[in-house]
Order: sequence, then C-alpha cells, then structure tokens
Amino acid sequence: MIDPIILLFLLQDGLTNGALYALLGLALVLVFTVTRVIFIPQGEFVAYGALSYALLETGRVPGTIWLLVAMGVAAFAIEAITRGSRMTGREWTTAAVLDLGLPIAIAGLTLAFASKTTPALVNLLLTLAMIAPLGPYLYRIAFQPIADSTILTLFTTAIGVHLAMTGLGLALFGAEGLRAKPLTDASLPVGPIVLTGQNIAVYLATAALIIGLWLFFERSLYGKALRATAINRVGARLVGIRTSLSGGLTFGLAAGIGAISGILIVPMTTIYYDSGFLIGLKGFVAAIIGALASYPATAIAALFVGIAEAFASFYASAFKEIIVFMLIVPVLVWRSLGAVHDDEEE
Amino acid sequence: MTALLDVSGLSIRYGRVAAVRDLALTIRPGEIVTVIGANGAGKSTLLNGIMGLLPIEGDLRFDSAEIAHWGVERRVESGLCLVPEKRELFGAMSVADNLLLGGFRVEASLRDRTLAEVYGRFPRLAERRMQLAATLSGGERQMLAMGRALMSQPRLLMLDEPSLGLAPRIVADIFTIVRGLRDAGVAILLVEQNARAALNVADRAYVMELGEVILQGPAAELAADPRVAASYLGIQ
Repeated sequence: MIDPIILLFLLQDGLTNGALYALLGLALVLVFTVTRVIFIPQGEFVAYGALSYALLETGRVPGTIWLLVAMGVAAFAIEAITRGSRMTGREWTTAAVLDLGLPIAIAGLTLAFASKTTPALVNLLLTLAMIAPLGPYLYRIAFQPIADSTILTLFTTAIGVHLAMTGLGLALFGAEGLRAKPLTDASLPVGPIVLTGQNIAVYLATAALIIGLWLFFERSLYGKALRATAINRVGARLVGIRTSLSGGLTFGLAAGIGAISGILIVPMTTIYYDSGFLIGLKGFVAAIIGALASYPATAIAALFVGIAEAFASFYASAFKEIIVFMLIVPVLVWRSLGAVHDDEEE
Repeated sequence: MTALLDVSGLSIRYGRVAAVRDLALTIRPGEIVTVIGANGAGKSTLLNGIMGLLPIEGDLRFDSAEIAHWGVERRVESGLCLVPEKRELFGAMSVADNLLLGGFRVEASLRDRTLAEVYGRFPRLAERRMQLAATLSGGERQMLAMGRALMSQPRLLMLDEPSLGLAPRIVADIFTIVRGLRDAGVAILLVEQNARAALNVADRAYVMELGEVILQGPAAELAADPRVAASYLGIQ
C-alpha cells in the first residue's frame, strides 16, 4: 500500500518535471516538422539558459554574450559569402542589424546591467535575449547550407552540434554546477502537500507558452507560414515564404523555449554544463511518443514521462533513467505494427 | 509593346541530360501564351526554371530586369507566380488559410481586398472557406491553387496542366476563368497536354519537342497547321 502523501508528493514532482519536458518536446516537434532536423542540441539551450541565468544572479557576466556576438558575426559572414552578390540593399541592412547589431546590443545591455542587485525579471529577460538568437545563428551556420539533405545527414549534423555545444559549455561555464534562487519564496499549501512558488511558476509558464504557441500558429501570419512550410515545402516556396526564414524562426523559438526551461529548472536542481542532454532526451522521449508530429500527444506523453521518472526515482532510483527511456520501446513496437513503412518523407 | 517575360538561350539540365535546350520565348503583358507538347518535352521543367525552382543557364528577363539569379520569393514579390501540376496546397490547413498565405508577400490591407476578389472569382472557395484543403475535390483544388496564386497579385501567372485529371465541364470552367484573368490584365503562360483547349484559349503558342521549340506562332495558325493537327490534335 502506497502512502497517499508520498503518492501526492511524487505526482507533484513528476508533473513539475513533466511540464518542462512538455516544453522541450513541443520544441522538438516544431523543429522537426518545419526543418526535418531531429534537434539533439535542444538540451544545450536548457543548460546555457540555466547557467547564464545563475551567473547573472551572482552579478557575473556570462560568457554566453561573447558566443552570441561570435555566432552573429559568423552567420553574417556566411550570408555575405554565399549570397552577397545576389543581396539587395534592404537584405544587407536586415542582415547587418540582425546578425551584428542585435548581438552587440544584447552584449552591451548585459554588461551594463549585470550586478548583484539586478532584479530577477531583468536577469530573466537578459538570459532569454542572449540565448534565443543563438537558434537562428546556429541554423544559418550549421543547417541552412544543408537544408535539403536527408534526415540522416541533418541528424548527424545535429549530433555534431550537440557535441560542439557541450564542449563550448564547459569552456564558457566551467565544470562546476550552479543553482539559482527560486523566482519567488511564496508557497501554497494544497491539502497535505505544499506547492512552492517555483512549482507554480513552472506550471504557469508552461501553460502560458503552450497557449502562446497555439495562438502564434493558429492566428498569426508567420505562425501559419511555419505550419505551411512543415506541410508542403514546395508550396511554401511558391507563395514566397523563404524556407530559410522559417528555419531560423523555428530555431529561435526552440532556443527561447530551451532558455525558459533552463531558467525554470535551475532553482530546483543543480545544473552542470552537460546536464542539458539528459533533460532534452526526456523531452525527446515524449516527442517520439507523439511521433514527432502531434503536439497534444507530445505534451501528454511528457507529463507521463515526468511522473514515471518521479516514481522510478523513488522506488528504483538506480534504474531511473533506464525506466524512463524504456518507455519508448512499447511505443515503437506498437507504431511499427500499425505503420506503413516510410523511408523518407516525400 | 515590350515583353513582360523574355527568355533566350535557356537551358535546364538534370545532371548531364538537358531537359530544355537553348530555348527562346517571349510573353507580352495581357496575353495568353501556351506551350504544348508531348509528355517529357520539357514543359514543366521550363516553368520550374522560370520560377526559380530549378537552376538555369541563359537569359531570363522579367519586366526588363535580369532575374536568373533571384530567389523564388523575390520572383513572387515582383509578380511571377506558378500553379504547379501537383498544386502543392497546404492540405492540413483551411481554404481561407491557404489563400491568406498566397498573399504572404503582399501588404495586409491589399491582402484583404484581393481575398474578396478571389472569392468573387471563385464562389465555390468562399462556400468552403473553413474546410481543409485536403478534403476538396479535384476541380476545387485547382481553383484553390489558382486562387492562392492570384493572392500574390501576379503579373505573369504560369499554369502547369490546369486541366489534368478534371472532368470536361470543370476544364471548361477553368479555361473561362483563365480568359477572365487575361481580361483583368494578367499575362498567362499555359502549359497543357490538352492542346486543343489550350490553342483555343491562347493568343500565341509554342510547340516543344525533346526540350526544344519546334514551332511557334499565333495560336489560331498553329491550330490549323497540319503538323500540329497530326501530332497534337489527333486529326489526320
């Protein structure tokens, strides 16, 4: 017989983690449907977000800003070399503003604001501002030049990017783990358990992001353009949607979601430069259960993954990760029984 | 009048095989030009090359600007538009969203006005505006593909086999609409296997065989040409 209080506690713990996995799983589905990239480096954005935020909290300037400037310059250089002769004046201006002006401005703001007394909200926004643009730069540098390759090539590239970003994480943040203060000290007793302010922040942020993404994809022209790119790339090109723009926008959303997840998670657990991978993989398990296509299935599966993980760590902590990753086996078997074999889309 | 589209010395290769060879073609504003020919003559390849979906060699001028090095989206913005043979609709999105995205490169205020025009031209689409594109019939899909193209305010509309797979009555509707578009000032480049219907609606025509133009002239003259009649109209 399970103690009901322990049961509730495990459920609460599982739902909190599950909500974060849901965000990451949704980002993975989004990136895959629009660009066909299986986005292994998603977890690195979580770690970068968590560590940058934790450093800002102590008044230090995270090295992320120099990475941001460097990647902006690299993206601009690649754009200039590969497309320069064909670019209009307006395109040059846009590229210069987005690839050079923006990162320098964000770096400048960070240097100006970083101090021990900076409010948490400012730190949060600075973190988001320095991580989210890494997505589009990464797309421009690593994925756009091979956008028409096979899924396998894109996947291999994603693994390479993951390894590079983990190594860069070690260089930027060091080997030591960091933990941040909770966003709020408030707490809310619910029956026998107590919801911390951090728990509530996770639930609210997840719900807000899911609603925001839904509105973006259902209501806005750019959201619809991303969906259109995912549905039919040729059709999207024919109406004048630049698939590179869709790719960059998608990677920006994914990086931003990763950064927010990291900011939410770092007050709850110590994050190291390489912690992101395992966290991202759990979002990946949820995305696989959602067949890399269904947003609702992915979100529900993510909550399930979180709860399974909480129970596994209580009853069989040595096998926690194995139990979570084993979850995909029955799903894959079930899908392979039901599915018509499809080598590559198109 | 100067040409709206002026193609010369155009070649398009798939690897070492040239699907289009040293081709010249002009379209003036407000005229319907058709390219007819057998399956595999290079007609679709020609349209895809003009649209920028395939790399080309040679000169490609649109409204006097050299556009061979432009990307697809810039060609769309300047008024070139292709309705491909496969339609390439956004199946999991509504008719209304498909049309909205057709105007992706157009200013928001202009987009609403164009949408009303498109619904006026295709009342069927207005009835089905909330339906998913994938659930439409073949004729409706062609109408949606044309409507989506019109949303970009094209000056030259390229239609690849618009009659393919459609019932004769619907084909007649489609060609009536094509005439209506020409009368509204849109130049049309029409690729068709249904040579009789195409020559009937067009002002001028080109006949392609194995990647080259072998005959050209006013559509009525070509329709009366015994070589065209024998090969493409099924008359001895």
